[in-house]
Amino acid sequence: MTPRFDTPLTILGVMPFLRRAASAGRPISKEIDVLTTIQVAGDVTAQGLRVAELTDGRVTIETGRERLTGWPVPRTLRAALAGAALALMGFVGAPAPVQAESLLNVSYDPTRELYRELNEVFSAWWVAQGNEAPTIEVSHGGSGSQARAVIDGLEAQVVTLALASDIDKIAEAGKLPPDWQSRLPHNSSPYTSTIVFLVREGNPKGLKDWGDLVADGVEVITPNPKTSGGARWNYLAAWAWAEKNGQDPKEFVGKLFRNVPVLDSGARGSTTTFAQRGIGDVLLAWENEAYLALKELGEDQFDIVVPSVSVLAEPPVALVEGNIKTDDSRKLAEAYLNFLYSPEGQALAYKHFYRAWDPSAANPEDVARFPQLDLVGIDAFGGWAKVQPEHFGDGGIFDQIYVPK
Amino acid sequence: MGKPLIHRSPIPGLGLSMGITLTMLSLIVLLPIGALLLKGASYGIEGIWQTVNRERVWAALFLSFRLSLFAALFNLVFGLLLAWVLVRYRFPGRRILDAAVDLPFALPTAVAGIALTALYAPNGVFGALARDLGWKIAYTQWGIFIALVFVGLPFVTRTVQPVIEEIEREVEEASATLGASRAYTLRHVILPMLTPAALTGFALALARAVGEYGSVIFIAGNIPLVTEIAPLLIVIQLEEFNYDAAAAIGIAMLLISFAMLLAINLIQVWSRRRIGHV
Amino acid sequence: MSDIPAPRFRAATEEAPAVRWTLICLAVLGLAVLVFAPLIAVFAEALARGSAAAVASLANRDAQAAIRLTLTIAAISVPLNAAFGIAAAWFITKFDFRGKAFLITLIDLPFSVSPVVAGLCIVLMFGANSLIGGWLVAQGWPIVFALPGIVLATMFVTFPFVARELIPVMIEQGRAEEEAALTLGASGWRVFRTVTLPNIRWALLYGVLLCNARAMGEFGAVAVVSGKIRGQTATMPITIEMLYNEYLSVAAFSLAALLALLALVTLALKTALEIRNADALAASHRP
Repeated sequence: MTPRFDTPLTILGVMPFLRRAASAGRPISKEIDVLTTIQVAGDVTAQGLRVAELTDGRVTIETGRERLTGWPVPRTLRAALAGAALALMGFVGAPAPVQAESLLNVSYDPTRELYRELNEVFSAWWVAQGNEAPTIEVSHGGSGSQARAVIDGLEAQVVTLALASDIDKIAEAGKLPPDWQSRLPHNSSPYTSTIVFLVREGNPKGLKDWGDLVADGVEVITPNPKTSGGARWNYLAAWAWAEKNGQDPKEFVGKLFRNVPVLDSGARGSTTTFAQRGIGDVLLAWENEAYLALKELGEDQFDIVVPSVSVLAEPPVALVEGNIKTDDSRKLAEAYLNFLYSPEGQALAYKHFYRAWDPSAANPEDVARFPQLDLVGIDAFGGWAKVQPEHFGDGGIFDQIYVPK
Repeated sequence: MGKPLIHRSPIPGLGLSMGITLTMLSLIVLLPIGALLLKGASYGIEGIWQTVNRERVWAALFLSFRLSLFAALFNLVFGLLLAWVLVRYRFPGRRILDAAVDLPFALPTAVAGIALTALYAPNGVFGALARDLGWKIAYTQWGIFIALVFVGLPFVTRTVQPVIEEIEREVEEASATLGASRAYTLRHVILPMLTPAALTGFALALARAVGEYGSVIFIAGNIPLVTEIAPLLIVIQLEEFNYDAAAAIGIAMLLISFAMLLAINLIQVWSRRRIGHV
Repeated sequence: MSDIPAPRFRAATEEAPAVRWTLICLAVLGLAVLVFAPLIAVFAEALARGSAAAVASLANRDAQAAIRLTLTIAAISVPLNAAFGIAAAWFITKFDFRGKAFLITLIDLPFSVSPVVAGLCIVLMFGANSLIGGWLVAQGWPIVFALPGIVLATMFVTFPFVARELIPVMIEQGRAEEEAALTLGASGWRVFRTVTLPNIRWALLYGVLLCNARAMGEFGAVAVVSGKIRGQTATMPITIEMLYNEYLSVAAFSLAALLALLALVTLALKTALEIRNADALAASHRP
């Protein structure tokens, strides 16, 4: 086994919560014919005849088509009690590691639901290809701080971030080839999204387009473009609208941000401020966040308003060459990224409210919900390399909005 | 000065205690902070000054230190009161109050921030009350003040409490016997005994409030020049991969805090010398 | 006081009942608004869908991994900081040396460092791009994004607690008792155990309690060095934040409530000790 960062800890004997990669679970008994439900990965379960139990508590079942190994699902009450007991005892019952390839996907905030489901589907697909069930971990956070973590040594094999400029930073640190973005289709963006408005039910202030947002008395909620990748897109969408409608974009964006009473640090923070704290008349949000908020927080409370102009946000993905240690690891990581482009992967992206490219396997309803609008890509602004310092850098145009009067 | 570096003392354990103290201090605190200073040094004093000397940074630093000072003062008064009540009085529910004092530490700062925002937002329990009085708490400087009071609450109480536990009743009795009123005894006998511990708690609450990020960020509103705290500026610089500027603001905050703490500790050492050992 | 008949003459070492009750009411009111209200908000959110849902969310494997990790971190960092605290307090209060205020201030320093900066310091020191960190990673001993980094960040943030708790009390105590014991021929270790320790036990306990509570609840610094990998390097506070961001507020607040309860376990221990020692305390301090 390749030495990796948990090795010293295993020596110290405090390994149970670290990478599940050390010792293999050995079968201790065979041929116990009990119908058992197991958890294959995350919430994916499978049912079949129990054929083996492993020392670490996992069981292998025979579903008729294939053999799967996973954690048996106990009755809810038993799980609950066990959970409470475990919570108090702390160390007891650490799951022993599994011998399988593992993959760490370092991602940004709004992709949580997408990757939770995608990882399960991918694992099942990977197993169906005749491989061992992989351990796939995802880490979420602000796009910039996630990129920084990878630069500082977080061993991600795959990054799926909000902005190409964040992955460029990782490339600058030498972990990726500079031409990473041309290695996968569609600028390495398997899905795209745009910025829409979320307003309160019935749209009481009658907000239809960007121009309405700068009116007196309209409160706009957006995260801080300095700390949130999504908010940079909000800002650029407003900029694009102003340019197309003959307004001075700088002045327009300045007016817009003066209508912002709360600048949260991340997209989810803003959604909470708007939806749960009742602040503001309109939330500028990722399209997928807006749909998710509708789904999670009540369709009867909010409406989505699609402006005439918005941005085409292309969140890119990449293989982190510097963190690929073995051929098996590369195989898994490449398969994972390619899976994002497969019809199944694309269907999942549609399902989680992303605008993907290939609707062939997607539910038509998921595809049809996206209205057509005028989408402006980052190239129209000159690319991230130009936009980032000019607009969002220290003392950039965004900073100039907030000058003391 | 002709004073020796370390006075001879009959008490043993000098080498051991000094060894442990200095080794752990170096490993855990000084080395990492040294790494920060080194980062700042490579940026140059000029660079640090340029980063810090901007209206927005000054506004944030001023806001952070001013509100932290108010919060620490509030905690000083309330903490002393609380410590006295918890140690000296017996009343139903005392133990529950005692247990509650540590909760601000136990709740992760993010949870505290979310819970406080939920309470003080205009649609929250206290926020609605305040709104009816025409007063806004969450997303204003008041919100920041409340979050800072919350995170610094245990310090004064927990440093003063053990000292009150140790006060001998005889001292108060002697004072009373000599004709002092209760108020006079409290003011001139008890309070001086509590001063070092209270000052310590005050200093810690102040320092903690200055650096607080997790809970404040939810309730602050984060509007530049109005409700933007200094730690947020550091995070913003980090998001831009600007380690140097982040280190620069970090160093500026560190220096101001260090100066404040040193001043408080010097006052303590000095007042102890004046009063002498109790 | 309610269980004994109101005395007609109050003792000279007590305040008037009116003053006393005013103070008690102020304390209760203050804590109610500042501490109990947020705590109730947390529990209300946790129990929003019934206690079964709350408990079930704790049975989740990632939640349990987070609980284990947090307990491990506390189990490593609190005793180390307690040992440091005792040594530092002994050194500072039992000896006279120059630069004492400076040394105390250095010990305080971690409090004045924003947790985010504390995390940054550790990344700058031990990150893959630093001199030491690079070498350690090459040896297969990475610090950042693994347990050692999280422990370091936690220790940094909770570093001053025990020492700062002990120093004022030991100043108040003076050195006379220790000196007397030494004169009577006791060894240094024995003096510490039989003279100093009983005098400082409450302060030590408070220090450890605070240190423990903060070690388990630390978010800012740990967030920078943890990598936030579910089930591996995500501590309880980080898991709470992740769950909250996934609109799983019941799970998030259940975990937060458990964290608060874990801190209270240590307080229960303290209360038990207090009750056991109540007689002794009453004899010595409370007439």
